[in-house]
Amino acid sequence: MIAWFSDPTHWTGSDGVFALVIQHLIYSGVALFFACLIGLPIGLYVGHTGRGVVLIAGLANALRSLPSLGLIVLLVILFGPVFTSDMAFIVPSIIVLVLLAVPPIMSGTYAGVAAVDPAAVDAARGMGKRPLDILFDVELPCALPLIFSGLRSATLQIISTATIAAYVSLGGLGRLIIDGRAQNDYYQMAAGAVLVGALALLVDLAIGILSRLTVSPGLTRRL
Amino acid sequence: MRFDWLYRESGRIAELFLWHLGLSVIPVVIGLLLALPLGWLAQRAGFFRSTLLGAAGLLYTIPSLALFVLLPLVLGTRILDPMNVVVALTVYALALLVRTVSDGLESVPPDVIQAANAMGYRRLPRLFVVELPLAVPVIAAGLRVAVVSNVSIVSVAALIGTPQLGLLFTQGLQLRFLTPIIAGIVLCVLLAALLDGLVLFAAKRMTPWQPGGAER
Repeated sequence: MIAWFSDPTHWTGSDGVFALVIQHLIYSGVALFFACLIGLPIGLYVGHTGRGVVLIAGLANALRSLPSLGLIVLLVILFGPVFTSDMAFIVPSIIVLVLLAVPPIMSGTYAGVAAVDPAAVDAARGMGKRPLDILFDVELPCALPLIFSGLRSATLQIISTATIAAYVSLGGLGRLIIDGRAQNDYYQMAAGAVLVGALALLVDLAIGILSRLTVSPGLTRRL
Repeated sequence: MRFDWLYRESGRIAELFLWHLGLSVIPVVIGLLLALPLGWLAQRAGFFRSTLLGAAGLLYTIPSLALFVLLPLVLGTRILDPMNVVVALTVYALALLVRTVSDGLESVPPDVIQAANAMGYRRLPRLFVVELPLAVPVIAAGLRVAVVSNVSIVSVAALIGTPQLGLLFTQGLQLRFLTPIIAGIVLCVLLAALLDGLVLFAAKRMTPWQPGGAER
């Protein structure tokens, strides 16, 4: 495997490691963006109003049991004829990635807002803040740690599933594993696996650092 | 849906279903058996807690397909050996359940432990008779997550060729044929619901004092 990594032709070019990492990150980033766009507002709404708690808990459980590989394959066959070119597998893959990432973001946001100290909310109301100001100035910052933990599991889920989507020809590091399997090249598979694992760990670390930087020190008692 | 195809293939589908069942359940059982002592250790000792939970979090970060591919290097097995899948899923279940067991034991009220001490329970009997039964609701909640996500992760192993329902997905894509894919998804969801219900039922039977629990 060291031999595989030390061959410079494996790193550069349109199917080199660098290009695959970038592809992996782009697909994951796009999926995470849309998942946040859907999950954050719903989580904030449910946490702020307390309405629909049972619904999102049920939804999260139901989505967890759906096999991601089956979903991707199903959507590729259904959508394949609709799109031409690469969109035929990119769009279904992204849809599945978003679908898997919404529940953890949604429940993390909801749990974070619901767990905010009611005294803090009362104090803000006493200071004359309006409901929307309370939501964005008090509840959202206080909920950040749990929002980040939801974001973290969503991101890991996306990176992991984007690897699997290589089976329906999506680009990214999964290519090395799937193509390696097809060519019976175990070292390429193992190299792909190591790279995916490293990417997941690094992204996890980056989110951890981001959460340290943005969460108010008053919440973590690091004053 | 081509029901005639399902009927013709029902023998093979049943066989894949049983494989899927085994690959989902066995790792969770092994994971729980390992997590009980480790979670207990993590809950008691602060040093173990941060190291064990940190290591568990790290393992949980590694994508499943990567773990399936890398384990043959570690275990010396062949890539097609179902053992790789069992070990990988055991690792995931263990990583999740260590935290759950430790949280569960943490959730036992200190008053109860003091009462047990006053009644003369020694450490180990107290653990088995008092603390673990009271930790059942929290442990069961973690077990449900572990079992349901396992059912979904097992199907990924189709990409390296291990027999289970995921093979219906790869077959469906190769043939551009929806019936096996839909059948596979439905069976996976059913299996997850079944195992989830089983854990829920067992937990209720074990905690008759809980509201909505079984009659004494």
